[in-house]
Amino acid sequence: MTDTYTRLVSKGLGRDVAKKLGLPQPAALRRYEPGQPLSNGPVLLEGSSPGADELAAELLRWDVDVRRHAVPRERLGGIVLVLDDVESPDDLEKPVLTAASSLRDLAPNGRVVTISRAADGSPPEVAAARQGVDGLLRSLAKELRAGATGNGILLADGVTATAPAALGALRFFLSGRSAYVDGQFVRISSASGELPADADKPLAGKVAVVTGAARGIGAAIARTLHRDGATVVAVDIPAAGDHLAAVANEIRGTALQLDVSRDDAGGRIIDHAVRRHGRLDIVVHNAGITRDKLLVNMDRGRWSSVLAVNISAQLRINEALLASEHFRSNPRIVSVASTTGIAGNRGQTNYAASKGGVIGMVRATAPLLAGHGGSINAVAPGFIETEMTARMPFATREVARRLNSLQQGGRPQDVAEAIAFLASDAAGGISGEVLRVCGQQLVGA
Amino acid sequence: MSIDGQPVNGHEEPAETRPVSSARSLPASALHRAVVVGGNRIPFARTGGAYTKSSNQDMLTAALDGLIARFGLQDERIGEVAAGAVLKHSRDFNLTREAVLGSALSAETPAYDLQQACATGLETVLGLANKIRLGQIESAIAGGVDSASDAPIAVSEGLREVLLDLSRAKTLPQRLQILARLRPKDLAPDAPNTGEPRTGLSMGEHQAVTTAQWKITREAQDELAYNSHRNLAAAYDAGFFDDLLTPYRGLSRDSNLRPDTTLEKLASLKPVFGRSLGAEATMTAGNSTPLTDGASTVLLASEEWADQHDLPKLATVLDGEAAAVDFVHGKDGLLMAPAFAVPRLLARNGLTLDDIDYFEIHEAFAGTVLSTLAAWEDEEFGRTRLGLDGAFGKVDRSRLNVHGSSLAAGHPFAATGGRIVASLAKLLHGKGTVNGRPALGLISVCAAGGQGVVALLEAQ
Repeated sequence: MTDTYTRLVSKGLGRDVAKKLGLPQPAALRRYEPGQPLSNGPVLLEGSSPGADELAAELLRWDVDVRRHAVPRERLGGIVLVLDDVESPDDLEKPVLTAASSLRDLAPNGRVVTISRAADGSPPEVAAARQGVDGLLRSLAKELRAGATGNGILLADGVTATAPAALGALRFFLSGRSAYVDGQFVRISSASGELPADADKPLAGKVAVVTGAARGIGAAIARTLHRDGATVVAVDIPAAGDHLAAVANEIRGTALQLDVSRDDAGGRIIDHAVRRHGRLDIVVHNAGITRDKLLVNMDRGRWSSVLAVNISAQLRINEALLASEHFRSNPRIVSVASTTGIAGNRGQTNYAASKGGVIGMVRATAPLLAGHGGSINAVAPGFIETEMTARMPFATREVARRLNSLQQGGRPQDVAEAIAFLASDAAGGISGEVLRVCGQQLVGA
Repeated sequence: MSIDGQPVNGHEEPAETRPVSSARSLPASALHRAVVVGGNRIPFARTGGAYTKSSNQDMLTAALDGLIARFGLQDERIGEVAAGAVLKHSRDFNLTREAVLGSALSAETPAYDLQQACATGLETVLGLANKIRLGQIESAIAGGVDSASDAPIAVSEGLREVLLDLSRAKTLPQRLQILARLRPKDLAPDAPNTGEPRTGLSMGEHQAVTTAQWKITREAQDELAYNSHRNLAAAYDAGFFDDLLTPYRGLSRDSNLRPDTTLEKLASLKPVFGRSLGAEATMTAGNSTPLTDGASTVLLASEEWADQHDLPKLATVLDGEAAAVDFVHGKDGLLMAPAFAVPRLLARNGLTLDDIDYFEIHEAFAGTVLSTLAAWEDEEFGRTRLGLDGAFGKVDRSRLNVHGSSLAAGHPFAATGGRIVASLAKLLHGKGTVNGRPALGLISVCAAGGQGVVALLEAQ
């Protein structure tokens, strides 16, 4: 999908004109490729807690050039702001303003990552400080330019800044894998999880099922999981079998033509994965449909088909997964939700109900998987450049594309990267979460 | 005893007491089992429809790639791939190998083309299964493809001779002399047709004679066609083809399938074959297969190979038999060879029609199936032509073409065998055992030139 405007304003006369007129100037995002360095420059680690010291040691082990004090005018790949010990809003001032003086040195596509603690359950003063980080980070993300992003890691009480999932999330946010994730927090609820032996193959040895894998975001997820080392079972409805076969052959996986809304879908998915590939570690619920209509004009067919495919099918498949003895070794489920399910969208009541349902289902299922070291999370994409969005009317599409902090639409790969991260053991301590891949959408939630 | 005047194996003993292995050159114990792992085909399209612009190589490659995706065979070196087409361009001399090279299989997979008219597909299965049984190969893909839309058109014999002579001529006067031989009629292209070279009659006209001979009624033919459409539609609705078929060029079901056809609609069609016979013409476009484009593939393997690759084993290819009839002199109908092949095959395996749980009799025309069944039920045919004591037997119609056949699916000549083998193997596997023994399935395919190939499959 070409974004002609972005091409026009990225160089030469177009760039100068756009700058003069104050038009949006979306940057070319730094996206992950195997072998790419974690950060595109030194990382400034700001903070004085014990967690900050331990993190600095960890970053050094990742071959990251760590700075504990800013070197004036040195281009920075990232700024990590460790605020896990703030107990009063007053505690924010020093580290935040120190970091602020380095923001001008942040390289294009640089990263700001805050590490702080979740506010819930803490005394008022502490909660105020912790929740203050939320507002701070979300506003800062809107100020960053040139492809730079700001995201936060929230540690639950008792979880250290060097817990596996905290480190996994830090790696994700610093890297090109999070290119289109901006202004978001991810909560680390436990010390579960494990960092991969090979950072370029975090899913090595895993067997993953991706539904709706024939095209668009699903195909990108299948390719990304394969790139990260997983053996992929690509699932889609029989009518999409030709595209599905092409994807499966490209990524050396197997194609399973299956309507996920069939009653026996869960059993057939487990059966195929276990019989053909010996195990099942990851299930990505991506299959989804839209049948848009204003609620006043909604008919039963449009309503029920969307709910059946987008949420009921996931519930039925999850029941089968939870009951299966083959899905008990650090199992991971990742569902594709939508920012529509959070903020709503005119003409999409059925779709939003189904996607809101996905979020509710994910939160409620997390405790059920915890016993097996498992996790379940959702990714909520914003405006992604796909065949579906390419069919939107021109003006609507242009507006939707620009109304986010990165001033551009995301790519299917951006959603896939977030899913691959949440499907990895490095994210084991993250469960019941919804991670938005929306470039920090400005409208709605 | 003999069948069709040809002793089956030199022994004159009743079929039912003959040792099963007597006709084999090797004791059965020395052979491996050849199993059907699964299959893949593209939906069949009526000629001039969705695949009009697709070549045989395009379609065969698509069918192969779907099979590869289903079973994760990317970069796999398969023992051998055999496929063929009935209507074939001269440039497609290495059709199957070219399709393999264009697929996701290892480029080190050998392949060959085979052609036995409409029996091509089934014959590739039998030939490759035999190689697996002998231990020569461990895995194989059998297949077939045909396009009547993208049919080769040749130049006339006159033009061809002129062009060849011209290429050998050395001087201008020689060339002019050769060119002067050309006549306007030489410029008319020579399109393929379904006519038999030795009789000039089309296959439909041949069958019309046989249909009349066996007194097959219009109603019986229409009913068979109706059941074919109904059964195929039901199989699609039940998801039976979800792991047997990969969509192609926008088609996800056979375009010839008419789920809503009725006996009344079929009865309203005008006869198209046999109109010049004395008898009433009964064969219509509804109870005859249309010209069709499509491709099919079947994955075969030794049990060991299937196990090593964690692949399913649906059915064993037990045995096969070919037969031919003298239709030129009118001794038998053009498409009646299976009527002789099946009795020989079953006799060799100590079986009767009653032992068969599923019959797959290719519906070239409804009349073909019904004439064959009538011959088997006929006392005189049994005695005089099969050398039996009476009629060969009766096919339980509830076991016949239970998920539809060519009348509904269409019939891209060489692709029909693969369609049937994969569907029957899945059907048998689902059935499992009957009265404590593995379910048995029989395939019968008639072919041009008075030929027929039949095969026996057993559930795994």
